[in-house]
Amino acid sequence: MLERALTGSTRYKRLLGVLLVFMGLGFAAYLTQWNRGLTITGLSRDVSWGLYIAQFTFLVGVAASAVMVVLPYYLHDIKAFGKITILGEFLAIAACTMCALFVLVDMGKPMRLLNIFIYPTPNSILFWDVIVLNGYLLLNIFIGWNVLEAERKGTHYPNWVKPLIYLSIPWAVSIHTVTAFLYAGLPGRHYWLTAIMAARFLASAFCSGPALLIMLSYLVKKYSKFDPGKEAIDKLTTIMTYSMLISVFFVGLEFFTAFYSNIPGEMDSLKYLFIGLDGHHNLVPFMWLFAILAISGVVLLLNPNVRKNEKMLLAAAACVFFSMYIEKGVGLIVAGFIPNPLDQVHEYFPSLPEIMIALGIWATGFFILTVLYKIAISVKEEVA
Amino acid sequence: METGRRNFLKIGGLCTLGLGSLRLVDAIAKTEEPKFLLNVQALSAKRWAMAIDMKKCWEKGRPGCTDCTLACHSTHNVPDIGTQKEEIKWIWEEKYENVFPRQESGMEPEAIREKPFILLCNHCTNAPCTRVCPTKATFKRPDGITMMDFHRCIGCRYCMAACPYGARSFNFRDPRPFIKTELNTTFPTRERGVVEKCNFCEERLAAGKIPACVEACKCKALCFGDLEDPKSDVRKALASQFSIRRKPELGTEPGVYYVI
Repeated sequence: MLERALTGSTRYKRLLGVLLVFMGLGFAAYLTQWNRGLTITGLSRDVSWGLYIAQFTFLVGVAASAVMVVLPYYLHDIKAFGKITILGEFLAIAACTMCALFVLVDMGKPMRLLNIFIYPTPNSILFWDVIVLNGYLLLNIFIGWNVLEAERKGTHYPNWVKPLIYLSIPWAVSIHTVTAFLYAGLPGRHYWLTAIMAARFLASAFCSGPALLIMLSYLVKKYSKFDPGKEAIDKLTTIMTYSMLISVFFVGLEFFTAFYSNIPGEMDSLKYLFIGLDGHHNLVPFMWLFAILAISGVVLLLNPNVRKNEKMLLAAAACVFFSMYIEKGVGLIVAGFIPNPLDQVHEYFPSLPEIMIALGIWATGFFILTVLYKIAISVKEEVA
Repeated sequence: METGRRNFLKIGGLCTLGLGSLRLVDAIAKTEEPKFLLNVQALSAKRWAMAIDMKKCWEKGRPGCTDCTLACHSTHNVPDIGTQKEEIKWIWEEKYENVFPRQESGMEPEAIREKPFILLCNHCTNAPCTRVCPTKATFKRPDGITMMDFHRCIGCRYCMAACPYGARSFNFRDPRPFIKTELNTTFPTRERGVVEKCNFCEERLAAGKIPACVEACKCKALCFGDLEDPKSDVRKALASQFSIRRKPELGTEPGVYYVI
């Protein structure tokens, strides 16, 4: 089936070309990091994780796109999702690959990567996160590829795929839970030390994943002969709406606990994010943008007419996606380090090479996504 | 190169024999002697700990004294990067409000508020850093020291996120050009991309010497010893004076005590 990726319209090739340029730029920036070390980033002794780990955290959520179409289709037999399970699975492949790359570029000694497997350490959550993320990547590759191949041949997928499909559903829950546990179990990081961290991860994943899938489905419909189907999009919209409401509610819960209890350690990170702390407010504009986007998304989605109107729905999905991006991919990680353990504020802002590397990885993810979607759509067009 | 089945089997057989003989060598060369001999002078303890008497430091020490920091950083080839962002430090000074945040009364004597406190790795009994390390590059020794293996560390910096005391530093760049003290060739310098911190001078303990900072302090403000031994200096110092530890509510059980 791979050969379908090699042929295509000029638009397809141009898109791949543009992505390749960004990948090249990112790779060049990574070479400077390889030669000079993480000194080229904005990271510091006090904010030791930044853009890379934040992107990783957000993208784990995007990988949830798969389970949100697989679960209703295979467990509840909702036929409408049958057509787009492949789009969800392939999006998960791209997202998991980006996650792995973001962890890799964040490492100070990437050539020692295999130490994680040579000295397996079950008490480290990072060890488990490597396992669940790679596992989810492999599951989606096996499932997506085999189901699509069967569709092309007009047969039923092999029986051994079925247990993998069922396994992939709880596995999807595990990637969010384990990633949340990376942060939620650290003493002294008040902003992360919250029991609803895993629940927040699941809720935001189940809205940002479907939001991106809705936007991608629209593009697929517009630029190919394959129509993902209105019913599937409607159902995804319902899932996204509920998850978004729960996400916003969860953020509100954090505010209540922090400010009603009035414990300084609980309040400080939230203050830093939304009004600034000790005269430092790098992230304040981003977090207000998050608030505006989140509220706009909720207001739009609560209106049934918006959900039925394609253009308005896209706007709402974009609000959801970008608000969750800011919450996870900008605020959550950095604010965990502010104030530092000595109650001082040392701010972080990513450097240009750091941003280029991040863009390069996003481009890599979208390159993989484009190629996989091209294959899937070609097969769908042939079969139809 | 052409080769027949016969040749292939011959070479294969020889290879297997060769590899197998390694085990034979191991078996014959086996001795009762242990591979490493412990220095008979080595200092040992059930639980190494430190008591820092800040009053002694302030009253007897000269103002601005940094003897302990200098001794430690030159002993361990700690680089002076020169920026706050990438600073590497094993033992350093901070103010009371930063060392004991949320423990201020707000009405402390000015001396307490303004004078420097000494900070270093707490060598916690329940160290969060060793709990999170994905490669066991940082680990607990049976004698309570939280150790760091610079050659195994992958530089993920999870330990830095986990440490509630800010005791860990990361080598963002090659540290070697920034070693401004005389190079100590008996202690490894670090590479770019690994985490480092105080090691309670385990290399000196193994050679029968007390930690460099303790030795360097002329006013004897730093007191080092076995917490499990009631006759040790540390136990005596702690038994006779009131002491506190940093962030006791986190349950990490620090091994560094402060007498104020």
